[in-house]
Amino acid sequence: MICQECQKRPATMHFTKIINGEKTEFHLCEVCAQGKGNLFMSSFESPSLTINNLLAGFFNVNPNYQDTHPLSSSQTLHCNQCGMTFEQFLEVGKFGCAHCYEAFADQLTPVLKRIHGGNWKHSGKIPNRSGGVLHLRKKISILKETLQNLVAKEEFEKAAEVRDEIRMYERMLQEGEDFDVH
Amino acid sequence: MSIDKFLNQSSCAWMSADGPQSDIVLTSRIRLARNLKDYLYPTMFSAKDAQEIVNKVEEVISRLSDDSPLKGVEMIRMNTLDPLQKQVLVEKHLISPHLAEESPNGACLITDNEEISIMVNEEDHIRIQCITSGLQLNNALDIAFSVDDQLEEHLDYAFNEVRGYLTSCPTNVGTGMRASVMMHLPGLVMTRQINQVLPSLNQLGIAVRGIYGEGSEAIGNIFQISNQITLGKSENDIIMDLTTIVEQIIEQERTARQQIKNTAGVQLEDRIFRSLGVLMNSRIIESKEAAQCISDVRLGIDLGYIDNISATVLNELMILTQPGILQQQAGKTLRPFDRDVRRATLIRERIRMGDHA
Repeated sequence: MICQECQKRPATMHFTKIINGEKTEFHLCEVCAQGKGNLFMSSFESPSLTINNLLAGFFNVNPNYQDTHPLSSSQTLHCNQCGMTFEQFLEVGKFGCAHCYEAFADQLTPVLKRIHGGNWKHSGKIPNRSGGVLHLRKKISILKETLQNLVAKEEFEKAAEVRDEIRMYERMLQEGEDFDVH
Repeated sequence: MSIDKFLNQSSCAWMSADGPQSDIVLTSRIRLARNLKDYLYPTMFSAKDAQEIVNKVEEVISRLSDDSPLKGVEMIRMNTLDPLQKQVLVEKHLISPHLAEESPNGACLITDNEEISIMVNEEDHIRIQCITSGLQLNNALDIAFSVDDQLEEHLDYAFNEVRGYLTSCPTNVGTGMRASVMMHLPGLVMTRQINQVLPSLNQLGIAVRGIYGEGSEAIGNIFQISNQITLGKSENDIIMDLTTIVEQIIEQERTARQQIKNTAGVQLEDRIFRSLGVLMNSRIIESKEAAQCISDVRLGIDLGYIDNISATVLNELMILTQPGILQQQAGKTLRPFDRDVRRATLIRERIRMGDHA
């Protein structure tokens, strides 16, 4: 495979970037991959920085944050569960409790995006018990994808089966029952 | 007491070097970070909270079914260990330096074959770790997930639909998963190609570290390669991407080794056998020199120059020649010079014993 950027050297780096479900594939040679570095991982240029420095840096360099949250208001911003202030969080780089994620929610999304290559939403494992109806929702969204594929392939009989299955799960979801769908 | 077992046991599951590609990939490791919904996190919790969490996890373990690998595993509380004992567990990669040094209310659970360990009250309430031999992240993930499910049956995790598993540090949120692969890359180091490989990995969201994780130097040509992004990708996708990258590095390493063999075969052979000579005959050896010689001999085995020593013996030596373990086996603290003498003796004896130790 030839590098999609320079169209000359062989592509030795192959990777997929997924940002909120949008998938982009890259096949690059080493030279072009290095050049593209910032595009993929702007947050890891300086590995010598500690996580605390990095975090504080993320907040300070983010113009959106500066505009909407001047320092005076962030000083009083705190989590009412554990008492951690936003300033403290910036200093230690760690949350005080699970509720901090809600308390600092507005400030958090841009930071998470910077840390996690543009991502802000979880798409991995869901706990069996604490996950509750999430399992149903995930199941439904997977089935909907399957349904679209089947329709595209004109396999209508199978599609109808899947549609019925989706309806069943949606009914279960509405009733809010805690079915085990494994 | 169960702690003695881990302090004195010289071999464990991953050292058998029976996993896929285990000539280059020493271990595949999965770590899952989890927290309990109803407790403050370790940065804020009280000592009382911390003890309650340890007790709670201990109780859950006691309720596991007989087929669980964790059944009957004893909780080891950090405050019952002396500094040397903690150092041994760190050197064996069973616990992190953070748990050993900064978690007075921490505890850990380790299975007999040292494949699964659980740290309690480290940076997160619970950290599940699974180490397997060679390149098999999928297998390690399956094991870690099964332990995760067993714990979750009885514990309420801090989880949220949008952010996933709510970890103490925002760099772990989402899956809470760190997948890492320990690789032996002498070919890339000797040909200096490593200087090109490492920066490009960083740019792909892959972290490269020395053998002891964050901030440690790559001694003995051993590198630890792991994912940085934990949010927005599923565990399986993260593992698939990491595996693809690791496979490319393996290929580059094999090519580099072949290149050296073709262009400087005699010099390479000389270096390998000199290192073997040092390991078999020296009376005083520093850890850094030992690590380098072990790396050379390992390469000698892989390239077919040496056939009377097994990779298992080298895996053991890599771990056993560390300062904490040497002192633990001596039963006392040793001055650096005495350690170097002990290290040399241990290596000579272990190589002579071969696989039948």
